Amino acid sequence: MTTLLNVENLVKNFGGLTAVSDVNMHLNDDELVALIGPNGAGKTTLFNLLTGVIVPSTGSITFRGTDGVIPLNGMKTYKIANLGMGRTFQNIRLFKELSVLDNVLIAMTAHYKENFIQSIFRSPKFYKTEAQIREEAIELLKIFDLQDDLDKQAKNLPYGIQRRLEIVRSLATKPKILFLDEPAAGMNPEETADLTRLIRQVQRDFHITVLLIEHDMSLVMNLASRIYVLDHGSLLAEGTPTEIQQNDAVIKAYLGEEE
Amino acid sequence: MTTLFQQLINGLSLGSIYALLALGYTMVYGIIKLINFAHGDIYMLGAFWGYYTINFWHFNFIFALLSAMVVCAAAGVIIEYFAYRPLRHAPRITALITAIGVSYFLENGMSYLYGADTRNFPQVIKQVNYNLWGVRVSNIQILILGTACLLMILLQLIIKKTKMGRAMRAVSVDPDAAELVGININRTISFTFALGSSMAGAAGVLIGLYYNSIDPLMGMTPGIKAFVAAVVGGIGSIPGASLGGFLIGILETAVQSVGLSAYKDAAVYLVLIIILLVLPAGIFGKNVKEKV
Amino acid sequence: MTLKANLKYNICWLILMVAGFYLMNTLILAGVIDSFLENMVVTIGINIMLAVGLNLIIGFAGQFSLGHAGFMAVGAYATAIIISKTPTAGALYLSIIVGVIIAIIAALIVGIPTLRLRGDYLAIATMGAAEIIRIIINNMKITNGPSGMFNIPQFATWPVVYIMVCVTTIIIVNFIHSRGGRAALAVREDEIAAESMGINIFKWKLAAFVLGAATAAVAGSMQASYLQTIAPNNFNIMESIAILIIVVLGGVGSITGSFVAAIILGVVDTALQNFGALRMVIYAVVLILIMIFKPSGIMGSTELSFKRLFNRKNKKVGAKS
Repeated sequence: MTTLLNVENLVKNFGGLTAVSDVNMHLNDDELVALIGPNGAGKTTLFNLLTGVIVPSTGSITFRGTDGVIPLNGMKTYKIANLGMGRTFQNIRLFKELSVLDNVLIAMTAHYKENFIQSIFRSPKFYKTEAQIREEAIELLKIFDLQDDLDKQAKNLPYGIQRRLEIVRSLATKPKILFLDEPAAGMNPEETADLTRLIRQVQRDFHITVLLIEHDMSLVMNLASRIYVLDHGSLLAEGTPTEIQQNDAVIKAYLGEEE
Repeated sequence: MTTLFQQLINGLSLGSIYALLALGYTMVYGIIKLINFAHGDIYMLGAFWGYYTINFWHFNFIFALLSAMVVCAAAGVIIEYFAYRPLRHAPRITALITAIGVSYFLENGMSYLYGADTRNFPQVIKQVNYNLWGVRVSNIQILILGTACLLMILLQLIIKKTKMGRAMRAVSVDPDAAELVGININRTISFTFALGSSMAGAAGVLIGLYYNSIDPLMGMTPGIKAFVAAVVGGIGSIPGASLGGFLIGILETAVQSVGLSAYKDAAVYLVLIIILLVLPAGIFGKNVKEKV
Repeated sequence: MTLKANLKYNICWLILMVAGFYLMNTLILAGVIDSFLENMVVTIGINIMLAVGLNLIIGFAGQFSLGHAGFMAVGAYATAIIISKTPTAGALYLSIIVGVIIAIIAALIVGIPTLRLRGDYLAIATMGAAEIIRIIINNMKITNGPSGMFNIPQFATWPVVYIMVCVTTIIIVNFIHSRGGRAALAVREDEIAAESMGINIFKWKLAAFVLGAATAAVAGSMQASYLQTIAPNNFNIMESIAILIIVVLGGVGSITGSFVAAIILGVVDTALQNFGALRMVIYAVVLILIMIFKPSGIMGSTELSFKRLFNRKNKKVGAKS
């Protein structure tokens, strides 16, 4: 097992406020890790740091790509995404006015470089690639049972389906690591169970690493092989679900509140 | 040194006109996020009102100024009621096009009714030039600068100290929340238009006095310049609009005084672009980052 | 979508274009369209080119530009200067290319710094940039300064303009329906999400902006050579706004809408010719009323699509049988 993403002494200050303080973590190949913590613990901020949406104050993030270890600090979001980091958003950010299919096709743009001249003058190659990516997109949509909604506008989908589409969209970027920000938020227990199954299936079939933020403990304990607990911006604990469930500090800070 | 002060005085006089206009832009933008393209034409209405009342009704300066403010305030409220209110929830670009339509309507309506020719503004106050340490200052320049400053202070007081001013600030921050706490949104927006338009009306009368000539299309260029001033100052910010107005006025006269009058507008736009690149929300504007 | 599957629709479009050409030709030969009406048709064509290009920038890439007239001026003056010196048809085409290249360079110079701005700030910055272009032209010797250029040879006859309208529209529509176009749409919808999907948002904003500017330059070239006279004031803020009005009236994000609005405005403008000063008053009132009662424009964001027409027909046939 090798380390795919390594985070060392990561700090993010907003003015006088420290949102993330001295976080050390790592993600290995092919594993499913959960990031939990009370509201305002800095989980989404950490996601934004890892995906380059915001720039760390200090500390390092490195990614082991095909060309060796690359530092991600200060790298543009789209470049980080193209290295193989896909994500979803806590407050769903689909391309609302566009169709389900277009949402997925857009995520594949970076993988199919096109020649401006070819696309404007429509060479046979252009049509061939278009057909190919369309097929690929539909294959992905099938996994999440969305193949019948291809032409629907994303904004018209029910909430739970929108969350699924966001996952399909991020899968279409062919990620090595998938960051899921509260994928089960707002879902009923049945939908959550369904989603749990899908996440596990995707993680296995695509051999990707998944880091997920989630409040639903049943989902977390079911899925994750390791758990990081974040509280007030710093890591409180790290371990297997069983270890976390028995960790006094965690119980006190987090689980204790729920019982 | 004297030329420098001379240009500064000229720049401040012109700048105070821009500042008065910029206030209207900034207030309206602050409250309904609309670039009110017709604002420059309200200023033209103010100038024409001054022209007619002084010429035919023999108003004195103060009365012409005050009545122009009242008439323009009414015009602003009427325009908002008929043209902008129905579009409050429409795409913003639609409201912008409507504002352009209103602008065309006022410009061409005036041309159609009263002719498109340029008129001489009556010299209701006789120009007297003072010589202060080699700097030539006219009583009209002092009047313009004084009136503009007085109006700006008055506006600041209304916004900071009155209940209506508080409502304006609330609506510009969050209209839904303002409505929840019992603020009448429509009345507040009408009031904003009234305030902004009255400033434009005053500016119209003052510019007539300063430049002596008025025509139905006189509002177009100063309107755009004043909007630039509002953006430079940070749109939505009252002190920003005043500062921006003075800055643009001074810049324009400065470029003119070094013999580049053909490029004075280009200089204004260049400064605008540079300021926006350094401060994307203008000098006093708040740069709000989107939350992810 | 393979080449073959699209052949049917592409042939439909081709037939439509050729039919339009023949209709126009026949009407001119039959004397139905006189030089006055021909002028109207060509003006409509030029406005279509301008509006389609601006719609790409505003409606599809979501970048609010108010500087379209500046790029138009670049094309117009490139053509005016070149074909006044060497009055040949070949020089017209060379001048179009020169105009497009200069417009692309200008769009890069304007776009690279300003496309970082958002919404109205971008609009006001691009408006300023276009004014700077106009003022530079206004003060140059080769452009004959504020009085403009006259007696430009007329090589851009109506068929040339017609073909240019078709070519620029095809280029823009093909771009919109390519991967690049989809990336531009994503930028319009949600910049942060687009970036997180690996899309270089700045690149695609710039691509749309530059492509729009290039087609505006072609429109400028056509105007200079067809009308034979141009002046810097033809390319001021009001011209940029006039193009914006066509885009919004037709529907932001609908190329079909830009066509429809340009045609309607062109016809109405000609019909109101005799109303003198009242013409602009009526125009203003109509504009305000349309915006109030149809805020999304004539077409909204829908497009004329042969594919959809066929599909609908197939469905109806299927339902019957």
